[in-house]
Amino acid sequence: MTATLTRDAPAAAPKPPAQRPRRRLSVPHLLLIPAIVILLVGMGYPLIWQIVTSMQEFGIKQQFGQPAPFVGLANYFSLATDPTMWEVVVRSIAFCFITAAVTLVVGLLLAVLMTAVGTVVRLILQISLLLAWAMPVVAAMTVWIWLFDRRRGVVNYLLDMIPGVDMNRFSWLSTPITFFIVASVIVIWMSVPFVAFSVYAGLTQVSEEVLEAAQLDGANGVKRLRYIIMPMIRPVIMIVLLLQLIWDLRVFTQITMLQDAGSKSSEYDLLGTYIYKLGAGSQDFGMASAVSIFVLALTLAISWFYVRSLLKEDEQS
Amino acid sequence: MTDTSLNTHVIASELAPAPAPIPTAPETQPQKLTRLRFRPARILLSILAIVVSVAWVFPVYWMLNSSLLSNRTLQSFIPTFVPIGGSFENYANALENGTFYSALGISLSVTLIAVFFCLLFAFLAAVAISRFRFKGRKSFVLAVLIIQMLPAEGLFIAQYKMVSSVGLLNSIIGVSIIYTAAVVPFTIWMLRGFVAGIPADLEEAAMVDGLSRTGAFMRITFPLLAPGLVASGVFAFLQAWNEFTVALVLLPAEDMHTLPLWLRGFIQASATRETDWGQVMAASTLVALPVIVFFLIVQGRMTSGLVAGAVKG
Repeated sequence: MTATLTRDAPAAAPKPPAQRPRRRLSVPHLLLIPAIVILLVGMGYPLIWQIVTSMQEFGIKQQFGQPAPFVGLANYFSLATDPTMWEVVVRSIAFCFITAAVTLVVGLLLAVLMTAVGTVVRLILQISLLLAWAMPVVAAMTVWIWLFDRRRGVVNYLLDMIPGVDMNRFSWLSTPITFFIVASVIVIWMSVPFVAFSVYAGLTQVSEEVLEAAQLDGANGVKRLRYIIMPMIRPVIMIVLLLQLIWDLRVFTQITMLQDAGSKSSEYDLLGTYIYKLGAGSQDFGMASAVSIFVLALTLAISWFYVRSLLKEDEQS
Repeated sequence: MTDTSLNTHVIASELAPAPAPIPTAPETQPQKLTRLRFRPARILLSILAIVVSVAWVFPVYWMLNSSLLSNRTLQSFIPTFVPIGGSFENYANALENGTFYSALGISLSVTLIAVFFCLLFAFLAAVAISRFRFKGRKSFVLAVLIIQMLPAEGLFIAQYKMVSSVGLLNSIIGVSIIYTAAVVPFTIWMLRGFVAGIPADLEEAAMVDGLSRTGAFMRITFPLLAPGLVASGVFAFLQAWNEFTVALVLLPAEDMHTLPLWLRGFIQASATRETDWGQVMAASTLVALPVIVFFLIVQGRMTSGLVAGAVKG
C-alpha cells in the first residue's frame, strides 16, 4: 500500500473538457476535504478574524454599529502597559506552574504507590482515581463549592475539628489567595489521575531484568530509581508535564464557577475569565482579541515540544 | 488495566527484599519471613493507599450522599456522612420544573450532531493519512496536532462574533459546527492509530482475490475498525457533552442551555438565595452519572492513549 493512488478524482471526472487539466486532486486529498473545511470554518476563520480584530479599536461608537478603525498594534501596546493585564498574566502563569508542578509530584508519588501495594489495594486506588477523573468539570465544581461552603461545608467542619484550628465559617472564596488555593486543589484533584495512570503505565514498562541486573550489581532502591527507572520514564513525565501546563492555562470553567460562588472582581481573574469579561462583558473585541492571541501564542510555545515528540512517535510507527 | 497480573510480578520482585549479596547462613530464617506478603512497610503503604483512595473519591461520594439527604438534614452544622433514611426527593425537585429535560434535549442534539459529523470527517481524514502517502500529508498531520492544542479560551470571542454575525447564536447548528471543528483534530489522531493498526496486507490479499480497493477496504478493514470508531465516538461524545466555555458564549438564552450550563445555573442562583444543596447535588449526579459510566467503558484506551494526547482539559 505504499504506492500513491493516482486514480482520477470522481468529482473532477464529469466534464473533463470544460476544466483544463489544472491540478488533479488525488483520493487522499478528497478524503481530507471535509475535515479541512470544518476546521477552516470553526477554527481558521475565527483565528483570522481575531488577528484582524486585535488591530482594531472598539469603543462606544462600535457598540452602535460603527465599523471599528484599524489601529495597528496599539491594542498590544496598551496591553503591555496595562498593570491589570500584567497582574492577570503573572497570576495565570504562577497558577499554571504551581498547579502543574504539584499535580506532577502527587501523580508520580501515587504511581509509585500503585506499584508498591498489592493488587486489591491498587485496584481500590485506581478505581477511586478513575471516578474522580470521570467527573464532568461542571459537576465536580458544584461538589467542590459545596465542600468548601462557608457554613456547612465539610472542609471547614473537618479542619475545625483539629485542635487549635478555628475554621468555623471561614470564607475560602473571599480572598484571592485562598480562592486560588481552592481552585488549585480542585484542578489538582481533577488532573492527578491522568498523571498517575500515565506514569504508572510507564513504570510497568521498565523491564524486570534490567532492575534485577542492577540489583545484582549492588544498586540499592534509591539508585535504581535514580539511574534506571527515572531515565526510562522521563519521556512520559515530560509529555505529562507539558500537557498539564497547557491544561492549567485553560481553567476558564473552574474559575468562572468559583467566581459565581464567590466574587467576580478582577483580582480573581485568570486569562480566560479576563478575556471573557473584555469581550462578552465590555464588548471591547479589539482588546479581547489581543489577549486571546497572547494566550494562543503562549499555548503554542508550550505545546511545540509536545507536538514535536508526537511527530517523532508517528515517524516510528 | 488488563495487564494486572503481569504488573504484580514486576512489583513483587522489585519490592522483595534484596536477595542479599551476603550469603551468610543464619539469615535464611528471617529472609523467608520477609518473603511473606505482610511486611510492615507494605502494610503502611497499603494503609496510605487506602487513605488516598478515600480522600480522592470523597467528593464523588459526597455528591451522591448529599443528593439523597433531605434539606433539613443538610441544614445541620454537623455533616451527615451516611445517607441513612435518604430519599430521591431531591431528584424529583431537580427534575420538577422541566428545565432539565429541555437542557438534556439540547445537549443530546448538539452532541449527537457533533459526534456524527466528527466521526465521519475524521474517519475519512484518518484513512487518508494512514493509508496514503501524498504531498502535504506531513503538514496536515502537523496542523491537526497544533489545532488540537488551541484552547477554547483563545478563540471563543471570535467564534461568538462569527456565529452571531450569521444569526446562529442560540441555535443548535452554530454550537454543533464549533464542536465538530474542536473535536475533529483529536478524533483524526485517534482513528489514525486504529486504521494504521490494521495491516494493509489484509486488504491487498482481498484485492488479489478480486475485490476492488474500495470493496476491500469496506469489507475487510472497516469491520475491524468498529471498536476504534466506537472508542473515538465515545471520546468525542464526552468532549462535547462536558463542554462549557463555548456553550456559555454561543447559547446565552436560558431555554437553549446545555446540561453543563443548566447545572451552573444552580450555583449562580446560590449567590442571591440560600442554596438547596441537596437539589444541586442531585442535579450534579444526574449530569455526572452517564458520563462516569461512559468514561469507565473507554478509560483503558485513555491510559494507553497517552501519546494521543489532549483529551481532558
